[in-house]
Amino acid sequence: MATRHDTAALPSKGGAAPGRPSKGSAPMDKDQRRRAKLSRRWQRDMRWSPYAFVSPFFLLFIAFGLFPLLYTGWASLHQVELTAPTDMSWVGLKNYTRIFDDEFFWNAAQNTLTIGIIATVPQLLIAMGIAHILNYKLRASTFYRVAMLAPYATSIASASLVFVLLFGYDYGMINWALDFVGIDPVDWQGEKWPSQFAVSSIIIWRWTGYNALIYLAAMQAIPQDLYESAALDGASRWKQFIHVTLPSLRPTILFTVVVSTIGASQVFGEPLLFDANKGASGGAEHQFQTLGLYLYEQGWVNQHLGRASAIAWTMFAILIVIGIINQLISRRLRASS
Amino acid sequence: MTTTVTPPETTPAKESKRPRLPKSARAGGTLHGGPIAYAILIVFTIVSLFPLVWTAIAASRDNQRLAQNPPPFWFGSNLFKNLEIAWEDANLGEAFLNTTIVAGISAVTIVVLSTIAGFAFAKLRFKGRNALMLIVIGTMMVPPQLSIIPLYMMVAKLDWSDQLQAVIFPSLVSAFGVFFMRQYLLQALPDEVIEAARVDGASSWRVIWHVVFPAARPAMAVLGMLMFVQTWNDFLWPFLVLTQTGSPTVQVAVAGLGRGYTPDQSLIMAGALLGTLPLLLVFTIFGKQIVGGIMQGAVKG
Repeated sequence: MATRHDTAALPSKGGAAPGRPSKGSAPMDKDQRRRAKLSRRWQRDMRWSPYAFVSPFFLLFIAFGLFPLLYTGWASLHQVELTAPTDMSWVGLKNYTRIFDDEFFWNAAQNTLTIGIIATVPQLLIAMGIAHILNYKLRASTFYRVAMLAPYATSIASASLVFVLLFGYDYGMINWALDFVGIDPVDWQGEKWPSQFAVSSIIIWRWTGYNALIYLAAMQAIPQDLYESAALDGASRWKQFIHVTLPSLRPTILFTVVVSTIGASQVFGEPLLFDANKGASGGAEHQFQTLGLYLYEQGWVNQHLGRASAIAWTMFAILIVIGIINQLISRRLRASS
Repeated sequence: MTTTVTPPETTPAKESKRPRLPKSARAGGTLHGGPIAYAILIVFTIVSLFPLVWTAIAASRDNQRLAQNPPPFWFGSNLFKNLEIAWEDANLGEAFLNTTIVAGISAVTIVVLSTIAGFAFAKLRFKGRNALMLIVIGTMMVPPQLSIIPLYMMVAKLDWSDQLQAVIFPSLVSAFGVFFMRQYLLQALPDEVIEAARVDGASSWRVIWHVVFPAARPAMAVLGMLMFVQTWNDFLWPFLVLTQTGSPTVQVAVAGLGRGYTPDQSLIMAGALLGTLPLLLVFTIFGKQIVGGIMQGAVKG
């Protein structure tokens, strides 16, 4: 049994060789042919089934990922209106040159960057701190972990609607609390920085716990003796964190930075719902309109799908640049360590 | 996990056996948390849970009460009335059914396809394997927003707007799923088991059915849960192709509540609560497994 496919594989290789049928009794021949057939099927299986197994993913990806991505580039060279999306007329690079003079695009790009920073940096720092604490021996540690994952289970739509109410100017909980400690109410929707902070806080709230769990998992994988030898060298707890924990977490940190950057570049639902009455403008003065929201406004409110496509591809280009910078930094970090 | 608190008497005995270490050496997992650690965790837990609890409080009041200072801190009597109205107004019954269908089909399909593809990448040798895997990882970096315009055109052309398949098909592409299952199967499925099945003459499909699926079951459950949550909460794409009055998903329906002419805040909160409740229930029941799954995926990722 153990050698069945090995022996069967041999005749199939020399199967066409005519010199073999010296012991050409009919039943033997039949048996051999059956074996050869089996082994051919076997070889076919071994050779082609891996491709069969990965092909569903790639077919779906080509149909709903790659093709649309490329077609966005094609559409960005055309004038296309939402009302007749199949009617395309060539305009060359006009949609792109237009972007460069478009103050709203640059405003949105800036907002995306600042909201991205306000949302990502504190989020990851807090997550790191929480993960460090969770890494202690604790009572009810499962409870904290599940509790901090609750925001992750909350949808963008629900979370945004609740935060709009909490950040309300007249009757919001946060202004009430500020008033309680003697601070004047803040116009969380109307003013630029408060509104960006408020939108970012929704993102921070939803993702900090999740990232903390990822950091915690990586911390638990750090071998204990690294800490012991560091301690024997007289390193304080803080120094251990800096010299043992952080370097070991470097790949995880890079991973979360990449994921958060991609997430931050596509922020859409939070600013859309943060001021639902203003539609997709991201506040009366576009003060918290992100690129994702601007893309939507151009494509679906102003109905210019071609221009929206150009925005999408510019976003793509920016992301690639960020990715390259990220690679360079991480390579340098690796080289320096 | 929570019950392994060592009684203080045994600690000195343990320590006498080991070489004496400075106290700071026992960081990272063995040190007990002090009161400050608990205080920070409790504050963090409150911040995590407060908006959810307050959603329920606001949903149990009425619009007038929410336009008064100070804001309410405890439950009122309107919860069930508001939930009922929100349910009707936002078409939530249909929305729940739709979202369950979409998230269910999407999660099951992704899990099955990802397991099969992940197995091929983890355990089978074939030409171009590494290049294809790089493509999979690369596609994880491409934001879906970049493809929505052609997808929207496709939907328009196929006349799929306001139909669930418009949301289901694009959601089936999950590079993360393939990557996740590959990482899991690399470790969880020993080569010898596959060899043994091969020797018994099993074809690749039989290997998948009788060896890979049973071995991958825990990771499949976790991936399924993650994908279900992700699809359930997906907003941008369903928002573009589905309407509140047609066949909305829960998120589209809930978001629609906030865009009414005269927004009733308590109703909006009731809708937000209803939209989140099913997942919160799942997380409360399976919390430990989900946490474990996310952490496992993180280490292997």
